[in-house]
Amino acid sequence: MSAAPRISRQGLLFALIGLAGLALPLVQLRPNRIVPGEPLSLPASLGWPGWALAVPLAAALLALLPARLPPWAGLALGLTGALLSVLALGWAATALIAPDAPLARVSPAAGFWLLLLAFALAAADALARLAPPVAWRWGLLLGTVLAGAAILSSGVLGDISVMREYQSRHDVFWREAGRHLLLAFGSLGLALATGLPLGVLVHQVPRLRGAVLGALNAVQTVPSLAMFGIMIPLFGWIAATVPGAAAAGVAGIGAFPALVALFLYSLLPVVSNMAVGLASVPPPVAEAAAGLGMTRAQRLWRVELPLALPVVLAAVRIVLVQNIGLTVIAGLIGGGGFGAFVFQGLNQTAMDLVLLGALPTIALALVAGVALGLLTAQAGGAPLERTAPA
Amino acid sequence: MIEIEHLTRRYGPRAVVNDVSLTVQRSEIVALVGTSGSGKTTLLRMINRLVEPSSGRVRIAGTDTATLPPHQLRRRIGYAIQGHGLFPHRSVAQNIATVPRLLGWDRARIDARVDELLDLFQLPPEEFRDRRPQELSGGQQQRVGVARALAARPELLLMDEPFGALDPVIRAQAQQDLRRIQRELGTTLLLVTHDMTEAMFLAHRIAVMDDGRLLQCAPARDILTRPASPLVQALAGEQARPFHLLSLSQVADLAQPGTAEGPPLAPETSLRDALAQCLWSGRDALPVAGGGVVTLAALRQAASGETGRTGAGASVKAGVPSPPASPPAPQ
Repeated sequence: MSAAPRISRQGLLFALIGLAGLALPLVQLRPNRIVPGEPLSLPASLGWPGWALAVPLAAALLALLPARLPPWAGLALGLTGALLSVLALGWAATALIAPDAPLARVSPAAGFWLLLLAFALAAADALARLAPPVAWRWGLLLGTVLAGAAILSSGVLGDISVMREYQSRHDVFWREAGRHLLLAFGSLGLALATGLPLGVLVHQVPRLRGAVLGALNAVQTVPSLAMFGIMIPLFGWIAATVPGAAAAGVAGIGAFPALVALFLYSLLPVVSNMAVGLASVPPPVAEAAAGLGMTRAQRLWRVELPLALPVVLAAVRIVLVQNIGLTVIAGLIGGGGFGAFVFQGLNQTAMDLVLLGALPTIALALVAGVALGLLTAQAGGAPLERTAPA
Repeated sequence: MIEIEHLTRRYGPRAVVNDVSLTVQRSEIVALVGTSGSGKTTLLRMINRLVEPSSGRVRIAGTDTATLPPHQLRRRIGYAIQGHGLFPHRSVAQNIATVPRLLGWDRARIDARVDELLDLFQLPPEEFRDRRPQELSGGQQQRVGVARALAARPELLLMDEPFGALDPVIRAQAQQDLRRIQRELGTTLLLVTHDMTEAMFLAHRIAVMDDGRLLQCAPARDILTRPASPLVQALAGEQARPFHLLSLSQVADLAQPGTAEGPPLAPETSLRDALAQCLWSGRDALPVAGGGVVTLAALRQAASGETGRTGAGASVKAGVPSPPASPPAPQ
C-alpha cells in the first residue's frame, strides 16, 4: 500500500476502455441505411492490415499504463491513437463497401467510439497534467481543428455512413450550419447587448436585483420544449394581429421564435455573472478608485469591468455552449440548424442522419467551450484546471 | 490648512459623527484615534466626501469642499487605506500614475513622477515599475499604495489604518518611512488609527473620538498627562501611559553629567528603549554617546510625567526616531 503504484490508475482505465473497444465491433455493415446490420471487428473488416493496425493501437493503449509516463508522451499517444482510430474506421469502410452495392452503409459501432473515447481521455488527462502555456493550448486547439478538417476533406472517411448522408445533402448541410451558428451566436450577441447593461444596473441599484434575477430564474426553469411551444401561439398571434410584425420577421414558427427562446435562456447567466463579477471587485479596490477621484463612469470602465471580465467570460462560455446545444431543439419548430437533421433522422429512423446533426453540434460546442476557456484564462480568470499528479 | 466646522453625519436618528470641529495646520500630522464605531473613519471620509456630511462644513486652504464636484476634490487629496486597494489589473507604475492620468498630465511628466516616487519609497524603478501588485510583499504593496496617494503632490493626505495589515516589524519601518517622507514633502496628514503607539509615534496632535464626538485634540504629552476626561485617559491606555510618555522623548533630552559603564546609547534613542536597557542589563545608569549619562532615577521621573524639560508639540515629535530593531510594541 505504501509503495508508489507503478501503474497509473487513469492509465489503467483508459487502457481498459480502449482494449474493450478493440475487442468490440469497430463498424456495422448494413445493406441499406435503415435495416440493422452485421457488426465487424477491425481485423474482420480489414483482414491482415486490420491486425497491422490493431497491434499498434493495443500497444499504444498499454503504453499509457506506467505511472511515470511523461505527460507529453501521454499527449502524443492520445493524439496519435485517436488519429489512427479514425483512419482505421475510414479504411474499414472503404474495404467493406462493394462497388456493386451502392446502398450499403458502414457506420461506426461501439468499438470505434470506445477507442476514440480512450485516446481522447488520455490526451485530455495528459494536457491537464502538462498545464502548458495558454499560447500552446491555442496552438493545440487550432491544430486539432485543422487536422479534423483535413481528414474530413481528404475523403478518407468518405465511405462512412454519416459522410454518405453529408454527400447527399451537402448544400443543405452548410446552409443549416450557417443557420445554427447564426442562432447560437445571434442569441448570445443579443443577450450580451441587453444582459450586460442590465447586470450593471442590477449591481448599481440593488433594489432591482431580486426582481430581475427572480424573473430570469423563472424563465430558466421553463423546459426548452415548452418554451418553444409557448413561442408558437404567442408569436403566431402577434404576427397575425400586430400590423407590420409579420413583415418584420415575427412568426410563430421558424428562426424568430427560436432566436427569442435562446435569447431568453441566455439572459440569466449573462445578467447574474455581470452582477456577480462587479460584486466580486474587492471593496478596498472599489473604495480606492472612488477615493482617488475617478468618476462613476471611470470607475466602471477602468476598474470594475476589467476586474469582472473573467466572470463575464465564464458566462459567455456557459451561454455559448448551452446555446449551441439548445439550438438543436430549434429544429423542431422549423428554426433550422443541425436540429433539422436530428429530427428528420429520428422520423426516418435513420441514425446516420441523426449523427449528421449531432456530431457537428458536439464538435462546435467542444471547440467553443475550449476557446472561451482559454480566453478566460488569458483575462486572468480562474486558473486552468490541474489534476494532482497520479 | 483644513478647517472642519461643526461636521455632523447622521444615519437615521443616530449621529455617527456629532458636531466635530477641528483645525489642522499646514504640514501637521493629526492622528484620529478611538474605538471601533467612534466615527473616526466617517469623519475622515467626509473630508474627501466619500461620505456626504449631514451638516457642517470642511474648508481646505479656504475653499469650501462642498463647492467642488466630489471627483475633482478627491484628485487634490491623497487617500490611502488599509489593505492598500491597489488595482490588481494594473502594473505598479500604472497604479501610481492613477491620479496624474486623471488630471491629464503628459506622458513624460507622469513617467518621471512615478520613478521619483518609487525612489522615494526605496523601490528601484527598473525592478518594480512593471510588476503587478500581487507580485509584491505586503510592505511593498503598502508603500505603493501611499506612493499612489502622493502621486499628484496633494497638499493633504488622508490615511485610514494604512498600516493595519502589516506585521509589527514591517509596520515600524513603514511608520518611519512615512514620517521621513512627510517631513520631506511637508504634506498635511490626517491619519485614522486604533493603535495609540502608532499615533504617539507619528502625530503632532492626537484627536481622541468616542461615540461620534471629539473628546480632545492635543499633543501626545497632553493627552497622557492632562486628559480632558476619564474616557480620554482610558482610551489613551492607562497601563501603558509611562511607556508612552518615555517613548515621546530621547536620551539627549534627559542626559546629565557623569560617567557609566557599558556601550554608549545613541543620543536619539528613545527613553523607552533606554529604560528597557537599564532593566535588562540591571544597571542604574547608561552612558550616552557624546558625553553624559541617563539614570534610572531620571527615567523614573520622566515616566511619571513630571519632567518639565521638553515642551509639548511638534518640536518634540520631530526628533523621536525609533530604531528599526525595537519597533513600537503593538497594542
